[in-house]
Amino acid sequence: MALNTSPNIPDPDGFYAELLEAHGGLSDDDSIALNARLILILANHIGDRAVLSEALAVAATGETR
Amino acid sequence: MPLDDRYQLAFKLYPYEHSSDQDATTPVRHPVVVVGGGPIGVATALDLGLQGIPVVLLDDHEGVGQGSRAICFAKRTLEIAHRYGCAQPMLDKGVVWNLGKVFHDDRQVYEFNLLPEEGHHFPAFINLQQPYFERFLVERVREAQAAGAPIELRGKNRLDSVDVHDDHVVLDVSTPDGPYRIEADWLIGCDGASSPLRKMMGLDFEGRVFEDNFLIADITMKADFPTERWFWFEPHFKSGDSALLHKQPDGVWRIDFQLGWDIDRKEELKEENIRRRLDAMLGPDVDYELVWTSIYTFQCRRMKKFRHGRVIFAGDAAHQVSPFGARGANSGIQDVDNLGWKLGLVLNGTAPECLLDSYDVERRHGADENILNSSRSTDFITPKSKISHVFRNAVLDLAQYHTFARPLVNSGRLSVPCIYDDLPLNTCDALPGGPARTRPGAPCPDAPLGQGFLLDHLGGDFVLLGVGCVVPEQFEVEGMTLRGLSVTANTEINDRYLGDATQAVYLIRPDQHVAARWHAFDENLVWVALARSIGKD
Ligand SMILES: Cc1cc2nc3c(=O)[nH]c(=O)nc-3n(C[C@H](O)[C@H](O)[C@H](O)COP(=O)(O)OP(=O)(O)OC[C@H]3O[C@@H](n4cnc5c(N)ncnc54)[C@H](O)[C@@H]3O)c2cc1C
Repeated sequence: MALNTSPNIPDPDGFYAELLEAHGGLSDDDSIALNARLILILANHIGDRAVLSEALAVAATGETR
Repeated sequence: MPLDDRYQLAFKLYPYEHSSDQDATTPVRHPVVVVGGGPIGVATALDLGLQGIPVVLLDDHEGVGQGSRAICFAKRTLEIAHRYGCAQPMLDKGVVWNLGKVFHDDRQVYEFNLLPEEGHHFPAFINLQQPYFERFLVERVREAQAAGAPIELRGKNRLDSVDVHDDHVVLDVSTPDGPYRIEADWLIGCDGASSPLRKMMGLDFEGRVFEDNFLIADITMKADFPTERWFWFEPHFKSGDSALLHKQPDGVWRIDFQLGWDIDRKEELKEENIRRRLDAMLGPDVDYELVWTSIYTFQCRRMKKFRHGRVIFAGDAAHQVSPFGARGANSGIQDVDNLGWKLGLVLNGTAPECLLDSYDVERRHGADENILNSSRSTDFITPKSKISHVFRNAVLDLAQYHTFARPLVNSGRLSVPCIYDDLPLNTCDALPGGPARTRPGAPCPDAPLGQGFLLDHLGGDFVLLGVGCVVPEQFEVEGMTLRGLSVTANTEINDRYLGDATQAVYLIRPDQHVAARWHAFDENLVWVALARSIGKD
């Protein structure tokens, strides 16, 4: 399986709003901590090491491949 | 430089004795000289001496240093010590533990059980003070000497300089009776992390220095803590950024506090300050006595090469790791295990000198694995940036409620022997369906056999092991007598050596690592594999 960089989230606006809501009222430090937990939870769900490496590489450059 | 002790002794085991070498008019030549009488040097002398190879060991002290640095000794170390004949006293004295608990602040994040696999002679780990470990090795040397093993331990003999030639080394040594000179065909450098020998030869020692100080307090106390390993991240009692509590024999507990980088060493080592930390951790009502305290920093680094012609380095002299994972002495003992038989075969002319390059390649591979693991543990335990701290605590937060995060918690990955995957002495795996854990390059896992254990029958020399099939009891190849051992598979041997195969033939090295394996015995294939594994390829 390769990293899916095509649109894959149904209801993108709803998801985005929910993501921001999760951070609502948090201090910067708490937000950073939440993001870290979220990354770990999602990474575990993906589980595929190659996909995770690809995602890290894509995130590091900010460009899609 | 005067010959003063640099540290106090726990046990005086090899008092200075005048040697006739000191009166010789021309320097006496020895086949092997070992410099350094720590655990690695003594084990090296023992390995070679038990093979009948004359060996002289030089140490600048008269015994084992006070204070236990290492406390955790791994199964593989005990298996190797068993081959040398000194595992039993270690096992008798050592404390066996299986349960570990991990805390963050004032919460228990989770607990784990090492759940050792059944059917092994030795436990996954024992805790034992390093001075005892070294003493049992020296006592075994004494026993071997009495039985004729040509080992000489020379205390208060300090190596001061070397002159390295293509085929020998000249050593200048200081003693209480003054200096003398000897020569060695081979010199083994086991003189510890700050190896004077390495410096005399101007050799590199590169890697990462970690900017952190750890305070060790070994204490005795009446309080009855269970025999478990307790590790705190950011403990609520504020005695350090992390803390470790671990049981040793004689009612001694090892407590380790992470102090950070900018500290006043002298101030921190004052008894009242150590007690302040301990009191905060143990509570006001616990009575204890300090046995030994020390502050240490650590490095993860190794020499670029362990073999430099006739000089070979082993143990901390060759590589150093952080203590997380107990990979220091444990990996040094694996160096000895790897070097002993190779040097033996080269010295008796069976194998070419280049076999010793495989020591270099295999043990560098081992050192890299240990450095990788212990660096990763260190990065988890002592986060060096804000974001690594954030992720570390995110892992700990999640681990309390979600099992998925527990494998990410890294308070030390405990030492396991390395597998010499894809290295030159191995012959390609030719056992379809064979278990991965016994592939060529792997150390043989133990298993019950008859009234005893499989490993009792392996090692010391090359063995051809037939599992569920019969191999010749002995035959001559490459100027060696190859010993054959045929066993019928039981459940454990089946799981560990056959897997999906119905029968198997293993060629096993003297250090109990698998050199090759096949489905059936073929004299020609064994011959080729053996030649390869002694460097004749
Ligand atoms: C706090 C701490 C905890 C540790 N915990 C563990 C653990 O749980 N498990 C584990 O496996 N490892 C552990 N280690 C690592 C372990 O202590 C070392 O890896 C081990 O001691 C290395 O043994 P060595 O024989 O190579 O060197 P050393 O033990 O340092 O011995 C070197 C010897 O050479 C001698 N010498 C030096 N210079 C000369 C000279 N010029 N001439 C003659 N002799 C000389 C020294 O006096 C010494 O006797 C720990 C280390 C520390 C600091």
